[in-house]
Amino acid sequence: MLSYMLKRLAYMAVTLWVVITITFFLMHAIPGDPLSGLARELPAHTKANYYAKYGLDKSLGEQYFIYINNLLHGDLGESLKYPGRDVKGEILKYAPATARLGLQAVSIGFLLGSILGLAAAFKRNRWPDYLVTGAALLGVSVPSFVLAALLQYIFAVRNSWLPATGWGGFAFTILPSIALSTSVLAIFARVMRASALDVIGQDYIMTARAKGSGGLSFAFKHVARNAVLPSVTLLGPQIAGIITGSFVIENIFAIPGIGSNFVTSVFNRDYTMIMGMTVFYAVVYMAALLLVDIAYAVIDPRIRLYEPK
Amino acid sequence: MINITSTTYRQDAWRRLKGNRIAMVSLALLLAIFAMCIIGPFISPYKYTAVNSDIVNQSPSLQHLFGTDDLGRDIFARIWAGGRVSMLIGVLGAFSVTVLGVLYGGISGYFGGTADDIMMRAVEVMNCIPYMIVAILIAFIAGQGIGALILAMTITGWGGMARLVRGQVLQLREQPFVLAAKALGASPGRIISKHLLPNTVGVIIVQFTLDVPIFIFGEAFLSFIGLGIQSPGTSWGAMAAAAQQHLMFYPYQIFFPALLISMTMLAFNLLGDGLRDALDPTLGIQEGI
Repeated sequence: MLSYMLKRLAYMAVTLWVVITITFFLMHAIPGDPLSGLARELPAHTKANYYAKYGLDKSLGEQYFIYINNLLHGDLGESLKYPGRDVKGEILKYAPATARLGLQAVSIGFLLGSILGLAAAFKRNRWPDYLVTGAALLGVSVPSFVLAALLQYIFAVRNSWLPATGWGGFAFTILPSIALSTSVLAIFARVMRASALDVIGQDYIMTARAKGSGGLSFAFKHVARNAVLPSVTLLGPQIAGIITGSFVIENIFAIPGIGSNFVTSVFNRDYTMIMGMTVFYAVVYMAALLLVDIAYAVIDPRIRLYEPK
Repeated sequence: MINITSTTYRQDAWRRLKGNRIAMVSLALLLAIFAMCIIGPFISPYKYTAVNSDIVNQSPSLQHLFGTDDLGRDIFARIWAGGRVSMLIGVLGAFSVTVLGVLYGGISGYFGGTADDIMMRAVEVMNCIPYMIVAILIAFIAGQGIGALILAMTITGWGGMARLVRGQVLQLREQPFVLAAKALGASPGRIISKHLLPNTVGVIIVQFTLDVPIFIFGEAFLSFIGLGIQSPGTSWGAMAAAAQQHLMFYPYQIFFPALLISMTMLAFNLLGDGLRDALDPTLGIQEGI
């Protein structure tokens, strides 16, 4: 197990390095620099001072090695657009909103989606099945931002039941979480339905039924436990989808999270902020993938993450 | 005497698809949307870029079927002009992902061994990159046009197709007919293009159908954060993004672009499901047909 974990961590380090390198050079390839967004042109020597202060006058290769070196020392630098703002501090400030939104969306999507899929499988070819499959198809087809607009209109504009935008207590998280979770929910419902149907056809289910099992505990103990595996493999890609979705959803709902700030940083050419947030996203995403793999092995003892010697 | 004409694989698949009512309705819907995107801008009396400050933000009426936007532009005309862009990005994007993925996956699967190991590791590393970040950066560098959007999403999106094709090729290359071709001295290029790829074409077509909505969605997505098609040009995503600003007062403005995006994505998804059933003959064997 230890050697497996070490191998995975080594892979993660390599991937992180690839992500950092790609992002670094892509970012510098964007026309313009942090000063180009200013309303008026700065005098040449002011510009030169600015570039010298942040090391932007050095060659790209040199800047790259300085950045990597600083990163290895845990220093993400200072925002180029807003001097004095520490990148690490900014990320820590914005991460909780994004994390909360993402976790809520994944939980709603996974739990509710699995339960709906299970219900559809048990009531195959009857109205609950048609309802769930139909809703799941709609969920996959309606983009999250369309749904977000719709939710805002119904729950915040027409009836002021929930706040339309902003960030505060739990009430503020409801609409964005729903908007973010719908496509995840739809996919889990579809996958769960298919795999539950497969499980229901197995001999051991017939045996359990013959022995008189039934009801909810039967559904969860015998069917759900065996049918949940394909969903777990899908968790990884779904988390990537949630990260992507957060860029737009946070913008629509004016949530002070990493997603909306990442887009702003790119518009500002705020190099250190872009890099810091990319590193953050990559680390979170890879950690999530690792957790999913470990969870997979825990749920299904047949799967071995490592070869026993 | 019994008269039996043998049916080819293609005829067989088409027959199965025709029997699938949902897939056929989706196909008809897609063809209708395609047709409207082609002729729509011509049958509308208004040009999609024509600004008119006298008719700003009008609700749908007989003069303006879908209403007008905040600059007084006719939304009916803009929907079909934008549809051209969205559809073009969807189809061209899916096409370029397919070409890239088929080449990469085909080579990787055919040669196997170390080459396969290295190539697949690269895809795995790529899969661990939050793709939207890279897409956003590329869209920025390449400028904000149709080509730039397709490029950005192709570079980040071909991994899935490559893995799919590789898996198929890996299975097929162990088949006796490949061994026979090898024994006859066929070159790897010939075996890949003449023997392996034609046998995976069904899977590729299905994946292509499912990739189109991904690109349409991605374009809408990038437009939404301000990186998509720029005014006066438009796309469904750009229209939805612009309309979202006026949601409070003019909700009808987001209705039509949202409806078209959703309908197109739904139809492509349903058609893809139908094609999967139609193009996979093994399903029929299992069901004893």
